[in-house]
Amino acid sequence: MSEPKTTTSSDDGPREFVTASLAGQLFGVPVLSVHDILSPHALTNVPLAPPEVAGALNLRGRIVTAIDLRARLGLPPADREKSMSIVVEHRGEPYSLLIDEVGEVLSVGDDAFERNPPTLDVHWREVASGVFRLDGQLMVVLDVDRLLDFGQARAA
Amino acid sequence: MDELLSEFLTETNESLSTLDVEVVNLERNPDNPGLIDNIFRLVHTIKGTCGFLGLPRLEAVAHASENVLGKIRDGELVVSAEGVSLILASLDRIKDILGALEATESEPDGNDGELIRQLDAMAEGVLAPASDVAPDPEPEPAPVEAPVEPDLGPERALKPGEVSLEELERVFQETASEVAAPAPKPVAPEPKADSGPAPTVNAESSVANQSIRVSVDQLENLMTMVSELVLTRNQLLQMVRTQADSEFKVPLQRLSHVTTELQEGVMKTRMQPIGNAWAKLPRIIRDLGHELDKKIELQMLGAETELDRQVLELIKDPLTHMVRNSADHGLETGAERRAAGKPETGNIVLNAYHEGGHIIIEIGDDGAGLDVEKLKAKAIEKELTTPAECESLSDQQIMLFIFKPGFSTAKAVTSVSGRGVGMDVVRTNIEKIGGTIDLRSERGKGTTVTIKIPLTLAIVSALIVECRGERFAIPQLSVIELVRASKHSESQIEMIKDAAVLRLRNRLLPLVDLGDSLHLPRAEGDEGGPLDAESEAYIVVTQVGAYTFGIVVDQVFDTEEIVVKPVAPLLRDIAMFSGNTILGDGSVIMILDPNGIAAETSNAAGHEDDKEAAVEVQNRRADDRMSFLVFRVGDEEPKAVPLSLVARLEEIERETIERSNGRMVVQYRGQLMPLVTLQGDFELEESGRQSILVFSDNDYSMGLVVDEIIDIVEDELNVELGADRAGFIGSAVVGGKATEILDVAHFLQQASGNWFKRHGDEPFGDGGSERHILLVDDSPFFRNMLTPLLQVAGYAVTSVEDADKALELREHGENFDIIISDIEMPGMDGFDFAQEVKSAGSWQETPILALSSHANPKDFQRGRQVGFNDYVAKFDRDALLDSLSQTMAMSGGAA
Repeated sequence: MSEPKTTTSSDDGPREFVTASLAGQLFGVPVLSVHDILSPHALTNVPLAPPEVAGALNLRGRIVTAIDLRARLGLPPADREKSMSIVVEHRGEPYSLLIDEVGEVLSVGDDAFERNPPTLDVHWREVASGVFRLDGQLMVVLDVDRLLDFGQARAA
Repeated sequence: MDELLSEFLTETNESLSTLDVEVVNLERNPDNPGLIDNIFRLVHTIKGTCGFLGLPRLEAVAHASENVLGKIRDGELVVSAEGVSLILASLDRIKDILGALEATESEPDGNDGELIRQLDAMAEGVLAPASDVAPDPEPEPAPVEAPVEPDLGPERALKPGEVSLEELERVFQETASEVAAPAPKPVAPEPKADSGPAPTVNAESSVANQSIRVSVDQLENLMTMVSELVLTRNQLLQMVRTQADSEFKVPLQRLSHVTTELQEGVMKTRMQPIGNAWAKLPRIIRDLGHELDKKIELQMLGAETELDRQVLELIKDPLTHMVRNSADHGLETGAERRAAGKPETGNIVLNAYHEGGHIIIEIGDDGAGLDVEKLKAKAIEKELTTPAECESLSDQQIMLFIFKPGFSTAKAVTSVSGRGVGMDVVRTNIEKIGGTIDLRSERGKGTTVTIKIPLTLAIVSALIVECRGERFAIPQLSVIELVRASKHSESQIEMIKDAAVLRLRNRLLPLVDLGDSLHLPRAEGDEGGPLDAESEAYIVVTQVGAYTFGIVVDQVFDTEEIVVKPVAPLLRDIAMFSGNTILGDGSVIMILDPNGIAAETSNAAGHEDDKEAAVEVQNRRADDRMSFLVFRVGDEEPKAVPLSLVARLEEIERETIERSNGRMVVQYRGQLMPLVTLQGDFELEESGRQSILVFSDNDYSMGLVVDEIIDIVEDELNVELGADRAGFIGSAVVGGKATEILDVAHFLQQASGNWFKRHGDEPFGDGGSERHILLVDDSPFFRNMLTPLLQVAGYAVTSVEDADKALELREHGENFDIIISDIEMPGMDGFDFAQEVKSAGSWQETPILALSSHANPKDFQRGRQVGFNDYVAKFDRDALLDSLSQTMAMSGGAA
């Protein structure tokens, strides 16, 4: 039944995720990579930036680049100013991922883990490291590094 | 790298730079015992440590020079120029080996035999005549070691590569204590190691003991934290300012003071005396003096003036270059100086001092000064100016030519200067850090270059501006002034075609619309179109290098001290921003990079998705990009028409379509507008809305019925000609799809036979006799596009594909009323063609219009110079017809 683990799961036992919903879909971000949860914030627009970049915000004196997760995942746009966000770090730089709503911290066992179904949207397959079967719904696990690598991929 | 080794490298490099200065000093003051002691000790320490670390090459060289120094110290040798040169040569060798050591972590191969032989010979007195040295074959004297290790009995002198046990012990202890507690500077003179003139050395070492080494990273960190603190403080101040009576006011005041002091204190730790950047100079001047056979005295004033180490690093090389320049080009030879009645020794004076948040550095010489006549000749030769222009320039302005790229006055490239690094590079480097450079020179008296640089780069003053609802910061250093432009004031924006300019004190200032450069969407309800003479705006006059331009913004706020933070890696490709920061109110703001804006505008690089800019198209030649309106009508195949030919897109109620004289017409803006369909008479549905494309000329319009407007696409023009269907020019790939390009002229004619006649009434129509136009354009598409257009407008058109063909027509005695010529053409280009036409022949009086896909002010100016009457953008049909009519009117119909 249970599939072998993929890249992000290294130790056994339950793993913890911060859940977030976006366009009705539940996502999970590994709890250890989450630095902060932010309520809707005023964003400074960055002209000429890639479309995925929603702007920049001030988080206790640090400048954080806000990423529109909807744009990144090819979902229809929503009001950026009303989005909550999850702050993660990638290569030493803070990024905030705009989402609709933050859920809870969820502990799930590895036996509920599935690899990405091959039919998953290409955009999503690129950034999801797998799926957890929860009661009543599925949680897509986001790989933060791959999620934020689009700049490099584009530049290359 | 091994910790021990890296520590050794740092220290030895430090000692070496001290040595450079001290040895040159010694040459000047041979009788100063303190100097020689210090030099000896430094060399000795290097030698000892090398032995310990197992670096035989280094040790051998250090050892040999130590011998010579020992003799000097003991008075057995006299300080001579040769001796000093030799010591310096050995120091250079040590530096070379160290350099390789740092790169590879092992001593490079090489042979120092010759150098050591010379040093030994010097120590034996062979090269030093005035000395009473006994010709002892093994002259290594006891005193060499004795003062350093007073407790060490003078045994046998050590051979290169050998280390005495005691010394090894000592070095080991030093190094060990260094590793354990890195606080005291280990190489710093240790009193116990010196039995020489102790007092001065002691004073020095006590200073050394009071300072500690802190890594640069740690200081940078501290600086960042303080910057944050400053920002938070500003934020608090701003919050409290809005409250009339707050209990926070007093404590905040104190916090503010303490923060300011802390900031200054931390800044001080990053400060280093400018003398550090000068350390190399005495040596350089000495060597130069020998090489050029000039006597040069270098004076350094204000060496203790401190500035940020980051800035210091950046000005090191420009300074060195300028001092070299002064010695090489500035100062005359001794003979010339004598002839001019000046003392034989030339002076170079370096002077540094603070002035209002800036450091001023002057590099002066009392040499020949700049030769203005020579500079003029050179500037003209290098085509930096014209003889005529030169006459109107002041001497001061002419002198500034030496900062222009590609300018070097040295007659010959010497080994000293002229290494391909000109003063322009110096200027660029200085300006990069926000500094300015100026020059004063008086013939026969000398030249002084003055550099003004900011104290630090970490905190800069910035002007906060607003553009289309977004705020941006512009570093104050690049801002020259602010101008408010409105149509009622003296300063008014003027247009040259689509290029906005501002007349500023008799100069034309090119303007850049910040909103357009940043592709900012206009706020809703903002009716302002592109810049025009009616625009009211603030203009931030900005200077980047020699390029001065105006940045057009909507609003200017005050200035704020900001801490520049780098932008996220994701955004680093955007050249428009140099960083971002947090303002006092807590919001993030992007810092504009004037260099990026200047670069973007001066080469008019375009963006794929900028539809507005499509009219002033960017690329050259036949691969011109232009905007197409893509639509569908009849079949599924997409059709396209150049967007610039379309006046408007309309949707009309089908009920409003009437029939008149067998044609479909619609009442449109108070006139009857004929409608044409692509397929002849195909039946429109009875009701609903109908899309039409409106083509318009003056107040006469025509509507083309289409099914659906698909998109506006910007693409390259690559039209396959020879369409066999009437009404089409041909097919092209637009937006990745094969698309038929519409021949607008065909439909214009179809729409109304009156079209021609109406134009007959135009002022330039001259009673129906057709005006004859010569159209010169290498692109078949444009010839095909413009010819019908012009014909429709009532002109007779002859088109040729290049200037040569056009000139052939002239040979044949053909005459035209007006010539329209493309600028970019293979072979003879438009400028040359116009010059040729205007210079001689039967067409001298014929007006000529330039047609170009990129019209910038420079081209415009050049076009005027070579004789073009007007300059029109290629895709702007209205402007072309206007310009034709105006030009015709001006030439008075006399053709």
